[in-house]
Amino acid sequence: MNMQVIKTEPATALAKPPVASVALAPKQVPNTDKYVKAAKDVAARVIPPLIVFALLMVFWELVCRRAGSTLPPPSKVYQDTKELIFDPFFDRGGIDKGLFWHLSASLQRVAFGYSLAAVVGIALGTLVGQSVWAMRGLDPIFQVLRTIPPLAWLPLALAAFRDGQPSAIFVIFITSIWPIIINTAVGIRNIPQDYRNVAAVVQLNPVEFFWKVMLPSAAPYIFTGLRIGIGLSWLAIIAAEMLIGGVGIGFFIWDAWNSSHISEIILSLFYVGIIGFVLDRLIAGLGKLVTHGTSVS
Amino acid sequence: MTPYLKLDHVDKVFTRGKVSSEVLKDINLNLGKGDYVSIIGHSGCGKSTMLNIIAGLTRATIGGVILEGREVNSPGPDRAVVFQNHSLLPWLTVYQNVRLGVDKVFAKTKSRVERDEWTMHNLNLVQMTHAKDKRPSEISGGMKQRVGIARALAMEPKVLLLDEPFGALDALTRAHLQDSVMALHQKLGNTIVMITHDVDEAVLLSDRIVMMTNGPSATIGEVLDVPLERPRKRLELASNAVYLDCRKRVLEFLYERHKFVEAA
Repeated sequence: MNMQVIKTEPATALAKPPVASVALAPKQVPNTDKYVKAAKDVAARVIPPLIVFALLMVFWELVCRRAGSTLPPPSKVYQDTKELIFDPFFDRGGIDKGLFWHLSASLQRVAFGYSLAAVVGIALGTLVGQSVWAMRGLDPIFQVLRTIPPLAWLPLALAAFRDGQPSAIFVIFITSIWPIIINTAVGIRNIPQDYRNVAAVVQLNPVEFFWKVMLPSAAPYIFTGLRIGIGLSWLAIIAAEMLIGGVGIGFFIWDAWNSSHISEIILSLFYVGIIGFVLDRLIAGLGKLVTHGTSVS
Repeated sequence: MTPYLKLDHVDKVFTRGKVSSEVLKDINLNLGKGDYVSIIGHSGCGKSTMLNIIAGLTRATIGGVILEGREVNSPGPDRAVVFQNHSLLPWLTVYQNVRLGVDKVFAKTKSRVERDEWTMHNLNLVQMTHAKDKRPSEISGGMKQRVGIARALAMEPKVLLLDEPFGALDALTRAHLQDSVMALHQKLGNTIVMITHDVDEAVLLSDRIVMMTNGPSATIGEVLDVPLERPRKRLELASNAVYLDCRKRVLEFLYERHKFVEAA
């Protein structure tokens, strides 16, 4: 051991300058390599959709540029809506507000209605999944009710609440609750008997069983329901708002149509699509976070 | 002497609609404290049903189970089960899986710190402290079964029920875990009922082997005492006359007198 230490010391001392330069070079290469690889990965995902998007734009421009075209080309959409794009926060009172306010009003309604649907839906789904009698009694009713289109509920809701705001929230609620109930019930019914046996041996009480076994075990199913639910509620809010009026992206689109601002409609559709996508990803991401490790047994 | 655990004229009939099938008939079994008893039989002979009845997960149609002079007919931590497929909750870590039972059983008798120590103590018994923060999906099958054993032991059960605990493991891991269970039995003196279909395993581990006749209406065909000294050593027993004789008698029972008949 000692011999070796003595031996290596002069060797490293001698070789110091070249070693340093050699050591520096390979250290940096993998680092930049990593960045290059990451950049390549990102590019491989981002560039193809960008190219397709650009091609679609060009196609649209060419088609709608001709005289007599009923829809504006993208260049005109941009010119018409520049103010809306770059100043989403203006507020001139009434419904003459920036897009941010319209979108946030719609999102607030969705947040209310959807949260309510999530809580009630998971509770009802648990009941239906757990109890045979609840399933026999409630399932046929659910199966009929869930086929009623969202907007069909709106007149009834308006009659009951006599106000647009709660009616819109109710429509969101009633639209998004069915997939949550049904998926939760399936998840609860599919809890492996083994987990129930473990809970029985440990003697968990029903509350503990719900939090410690049922919810985590059914979580993948519940999140499938939640994800379908958020998509449906974003669909429903636009339609509901067109009818109830006031601040909200749905009515903004309807208002633009009434005043023939076709470019504003196109811009709104763009935003609606992006937000719908983000909401979906949000719930999917949350699901991934919460159900981490549950699906593999 | 009154037995520690007693199965008293247990019958089990499963009824589905109008069809009813008798699975177990007139099962009588007495266990003393600290006994290691194996139940062996062909598949479908109702040995798992028997274990479930002791565990309280299934109720006997006629007769009952008496533990320390009191009838038991619902599941409880005094009869902890090690399940065949480990049944760990996949969203909890190894530690949390064991702690779940500890928290329930010792909610009133142990402080938070004591419960933590007790959980770690039991993980240590099965040599699994190193993986305490791993999830079940991140450890091997043998390790999962160790954690399952720790979870059951941590409930300080009066009777430990093992439902083919090593059935899903490869031969080497199985032998290793059998040695572990033997060592634990030696150290803690638990009363153990084990379901198995492995003759060597039954002879190696148990004080008595309960041999089941074929179903339907299966019952206890024969009870064999295994008069081998403990601690037992796997290698030494391989040529031990008593061991070989016991093994032969179990094999004769299973393959001569009660041959497995394919269910019609």
